[in-house]
Amino acid sequence: MNTILKKSDSFYDVYERRPGADKLTTTYCPGCGHGVLHKLIAEALDDFGVREKTIFISPVGCSVFAYYYFHTGNVQVAHGRAPAVATGIKRAHPHSVVISYQGDGDLAAIGTAEIMHAANRGEGITVFFVNNAIYGMTGGQMAPTTLIGQKTMTSPRGRTVNNEGFPICMSEIIATLKAPVFVERVMIGDTKSTMHARQTVRKALKLQIEKNAFTFIEVLAACPSNMKMTPSRSRQWVKEVLADYFPLGVKKDVSGEFERKDLSRMVVKNSELHDALNIETAKVDSEKIAPYREKIINEEIKIAGFGGQGVLSLGTVLSEMSMRHNYEVSWLPSYGPEMRGGTANCSVKISKKKIGSPLVANPTILIAMNRPSLDKFEHDVISGGLIIYDDSLIDRKPTRDDVDVIAIPATKIADELGNTKAANMIIVGALIEYKNLMSQEVVLESLGDVLKRKNLVELNQKAILRGAEFIKNLKK
Amino acid sequence: MVTSKSRGHVVIDTEECKGCELCVEACPSSVLYSSDEFNTHGYHPAAYKGEGCTGCGICFYTCPEPGAMTVYKRWDLMTDTAECPRCGGEYKVFHTDEKPEVLVCTNCLKPIQEKVIPIR
Repeated sequence: MNTILKKSDSFYDVYERRPGADKLTTTYCPGCGHGVLHKLIAEALDDFGVREKTIFISPVGCSVFAYYYFHTGNVQVAHGRAPAVATGIKRAHPHSVVISYQGDGDLAAIGTAEIMHAANRGEGITVFFVNNAIYGMTGGQMAPTTLIGQKTMTSPRGRTVNNEGFPICMSEIIATLKAPVFVERVMIGDTKSTMHARQTVRKALKLQIEKNAFTFIEVLAACPSNMKMTPSRSRQWVKEVLADYFPLGVKKDVSGEFERKDLSRMVVKNSELHDALNIETAKVDSEKIAPYREKIINEEIKIAGFGGQGVLSLGTVLSEMSMRHNYEVSWLPSYGPEMRGGTANCSVKISKKKIGSPLVANPTILIAMNRPSLDKFEHDVISGGLIIYDDSLIDRKPTRDDVDVIAIPATKIADELGNTKAANMIIVGALIEYKNLMSQEVVLESLGDVLKRKNLVELNQKAILRGAEFIKNLKK
Repeated sequence: MVTSKSRGHVVIDTEECKGCELCVEACPSSVLYSSDEFNTHGYHPAAYKGEGCTGCGICFYTCPEPGAMTVYKRWDLMTDTAECPRCGGEYKVFHTDEKPEVLVCTNCLKPIQEKVIPIR
């Protein structure tokens, strides 16, 4: 038994994140229900010794700044998405204690889908749902939980069933699902109910800590400011009016027979994945790629053109070939809704180091296959970079003088070979030759594995050779 | 120096109190009242009459502000006192569980030490 009741260690001593001079008090109004629930949660985290491994998800609403106060891990999420983010966090860190904290506008309106499915999956998280029958932070608009006849900013004549429907009883809905383990509605009204809420908060957190159970606690709380009542009168209202429509009590409790949920992650081996996708592991002669083993490469490539010019497949061929040289690779396409026409571009990263993000904002190499692409991306290329453009289709020269520029009439050469669609492979051949990124021999050998249409392999091999030849002539 | 023989004792941080008066109403022994003074936020903070607290903790769980209320149970058994440089007087002190060597002043909840680190 604690002999001293003081500010929990799960709160920061000083709320350094809070802007302004006052770093000691919360942003909540006098008499707000959030503060009490915060206290109950923090006290439980202290007593169970799990503060260090707790991740608290702050919602949108008055409690949006819960991360000012809780000395735990914190994530603040978009409106209604707390259970979805909590799902991801709990799965990535199964050992952690994840608390999803939401208000009624957040959980019962915009976030209905997220909470329903997180509950239905029985994610190992604890959800605290603060129901004050109103949108608090935005100034007292009608929420899904607003009572019939209750006057709010957006229901000045009182909520009516015909117009706005009935208040949603979330606890009862969640309790009908199979996966939730413990669902209870409590209130912060008088002393007795608050102390009962304390026990419920502790039980819910304990169930997560011990059994990874999904628990859902609805807390009826007062919003004195928006109800335009004194703090004391508003708690009375919660007790007499709100708790009358939303009956308190345990809605579901199967914690007794529930066995600890195993959250260990399913790890798929590479070989299993290859079998499942029916792909053979590429076999590359290690002697041929040996010269490239020590090569330092960190290229960010932007490839852009019309849809149908083979922009994306240019990227996939480059990526596939890079993988065969044991480089780290990412490939990110971007295209319009049209199957043909429109513009398309893709970003390819080829590096010796692991790649953090597939986005390419400032390419080291730009491959422009039409005029709009050159116009759009020319100025993004880093100084000292490379621009390769198809001068059979683009009628202007790049204006940059701080980059290398190669003009290659790819479409024209491809036309001579008999198929304009091979223009992309001509550029592949030229790029590989110019930058000496990889072994041409390996590329030509592996092309059959990479291309879907096997009857075009020979044509594309020719195209790659013609591209390389063009660069060789240029270098002379 | 606090000389109360009561079983419990309550300390209210006047700057953190928002004057909602919920504790005043909830206290079963009616030993809390709303002060006539203002704090810097313009609220009338709650105050303790100085006698009669039982240490039940109801005010602590009623108060929405995490750090405004501190309740000492078994106040009568706490006998150690020390001079607190921050509060400017002699107050009861206690040892925390985490750092048993540190003495904490019951009035300001800050460790008593020679060099006082000011709150930022």
